Amino acid sequence: MKKILITFLLSFFYNHLSAVNDQMILAENFPDKLSDFEFFLDNSAQIPHDKVIQYELISSLFSDYSKKQRWVYVPSYVKANYEQNWVFNFPTGSALIKTFYYPVDERYPTLGKQLLETRLLLRKSHGWEAVSYAWNEEQTEAYKKIAGKTISTSWTDFMGDEKEVRYRVPNVNQCKECHSAEDKITPIGPKARNINKKLVYDDGEFNQLEYWMDRQIIDNYPLDLISPVDWTNENLNINDRVRSYLDVNCGHCHSPTGNANSTGLYLQLDETRDIHLGIFKKPVATGRGSGGFKYSIVPGKPDESILLYRMTSMDPGVMMPESGRSLSHIEAVEMVREWIYGL
Amino acid sequence: MFTLSINSKEIIIEAGPNAHERLQEAMILMKDGDTLIIDSGNYIFEDSLSLDVDNVTIKGKGMNETILDFKDQKTGAQGLLVTSDRVTLEGFSIMDAKGDALKVIGSKGINMINLKTEWTGGPKSSNGAYGFYPVESEDVLIDGCIAIGASDAGIYVGQSRNIIVRNSIAQYNVAGIEIENSYYADVYNNLASHNTAGILVFDLPDLPQQGGHHIRVFDNKAIDNDTDNFAPEGNIVGEVPRGTGIIIMANSDVEIFNNLISGNGTVNLSIVSYGDDTDDKNYYPHPKRIQVHNNNYGPSGFDPDLETGDLAKALYEISDGNMPDIFWDGVLPLSQIILGQPKDEQLIIDEEISTSFLTISPIRYMLGFSEPIKTSKQEFNGTISPLNSVVIESF
Repeated sequence: MKKILITFLLSFFYNHLSAVNDQMILAENFPDKLSDFEFFLDNSAQIPHDKVIQYELISSLFSDYSKKQRWVYVPSYVKANYEQNWVFNFPTGSALIKTFYYPVDERYPTLGKQLLETRLLLRKSHGWEAVSYAWNEEQTEAYKKIAGKTISTSWTDFMGDEKEVRYRVPNVNQCKECHSAEDKITPIGPKARNINKKLVYDDGEFNQLEYWMDRQIIDNYPLDLISPVDWTNENLNINDRVRSYLDVNCGHCHSPTGNANSTGLYLQLDETRDIHLGIFKKPVATGRGSGGFKYSIVPGKPDESILLYRMTSMDPGVMMPESGRSLSHIEAVEMVREWIYGL
Repeated sequence: MFTLSINSKEIIIEAGPNAHERLQEAMILMKDGDTLIIDSGNYIFEDSLSLDVDNVTIKGKGMNETILDFKDQKTGAQGLLVTSDRVTLEGFSIMDAKGDALKVIGSKGINMINLKTEWTGGPKSSNGAYGFYPVESEDVLIDGCIAIGASDAGIYVGQSRNIIVRNSIAQYNVAGIEIENSYYADVYNNLASHNTAGILVFDLPDLPQQGGHHIRVFDNKAIDNDTDNFAPEGNIVGEVPRGTGIIIMANSDVEIFNNLISGNGTVNLSIVSYGDDTDDKNYYPHPKRIQVHNNNYGPSGFDPDLETGDLAKALYEISDGNMPDIFWDGVLPLSQIILGQPKDEQLIIDEEISTSFLTISPIRYMLGFSEPIKTSKQEFNGTISPLNSVVIESF
């Protein structure tokens, strides 16, 4: 009891006496340590500063089964502006923070977690910059990794199976492979439509958009949003689930403005043309990525569809996405298989 | 135009522990105007490399001295990825990448000089697709390079403009050199041999940039292309027959001259339409304004590849086994088959009398009339209108 009281008092003083280090967010060079930003009151336990607010996305990118915790920080007296069909326009000095971790054992959350990396998108005066900090073995500090890092580790999944993984912390260029639009770095997740869901906060359960308004993070949001669905929810329409999954996992590159636009395969949520969605679309510059198949998607024939072949593969010369995955996403592969079968 | 910054510096990376991390970090932190030197040595990498800094040079000590070896690669879809402008790469090799060897996306100004990409296990469908792979780029120079063993194309330039590929060697690839959906390319003084097909100029539908045009292919040797097609099925080059010297598909304004085209078992030069169905309204599937002149033709047609695709088989049947040096499939839009092709779009051939030729009259062929083929070049005589040479913005 006494310990709890002390923790409470400490956090009270911290929240009111300390602040996120705004200079670090704006500094020309990234600091060496994550703690230099002072986003967290307790770095190891990932307890955020009061102004660093947790959020979740409706559907999220697969990253080798790692779990993600996200936070948003917007400096005092400024707000992010709502943008239609796009990420909120965050003011200079904002930060998006995302920590990747594996639970030690998915069946027993109390056994704790292994922190892998914390990725930051920092809104500087000239635009966004991306950087990642990899956690040390002691889990006391995360250090800047410009060139990325390989973490060979394992966790126990919800079935009790030990899973091994060669987890890759991306380098700055690899961040940009997904996080880019018109050759500039951009966030992907915090579009109004992607966060339009409820979340349990310390002070109760709220829709995240309402909460962000209340906390003065954003200036506005529309009430008639068309949001993606949670692809893991098996009660929903499979087409909506698959399109939401493909949107968040493939659509940043595979869109008319993305890095993979030269392929003509477009998987973002608003694409409606069958050929560009891959239906009877021939591969272009695909090489052995085709797996010997003729079309991206053959309706009714998942095992002759290049899209599924590349989603399933673990060969770096074949697999999609090109980076950020070294394991096969079994549940999603099954869902996409069922979807193609039913087309 | 672009002045050298007085602060530009030279960074040297040597072989040794953590070479990947050191090299990748240097390639991220280097600044406009800098030069990165990769010392001699065999660098074995498990992860791909990428460059996204404008106006820099990366130099090895020569393609046989500085070897970037990706045979143990575990992540990344290519050996090296370049996404920035005004970049010069010079004097190193990229070996056994799991996907493409060197990919360049959306670069304005990319020089690839004296580089080599190779898959060392010989022609295999498990080799990566492309050796040199600039796409959606402008002002592309590939000079003095060597590409060996790609399961699609050794040197491939796609959806780009202002391109020079010269003084290079492409061997034991499916396609030696391929220019696809591109505008303004000069391909000259190259050797394309022992591929399935030597030099390809293609245009494909349903892509952001199509309607490839203004391509000059001259002073090349497209000889002895005799490797069985080992492209994975599903790829367009998988349908190209072994023993093709040069093939033009669905491009306009192409000039083929002063080449040595010889020793190609199926056909020396083939000019064809895109043969598959497409709903793309903006796509024109037929070649037009193709000019062929002053080439040197050696033996061809002596070992036609009747197994791969339909082209060689159809040609073999229709020619009764007398395979020509130059083949045009004769396919045109229906209106032109009936009313004739506009004069200024017609194929022009100005070659020695000894050069053999064959084209099909599709309507006679389909309706089963007599003489469905023509072998006289006479009606294709015409005045050559030389295309302008390609000028690349230098930097």
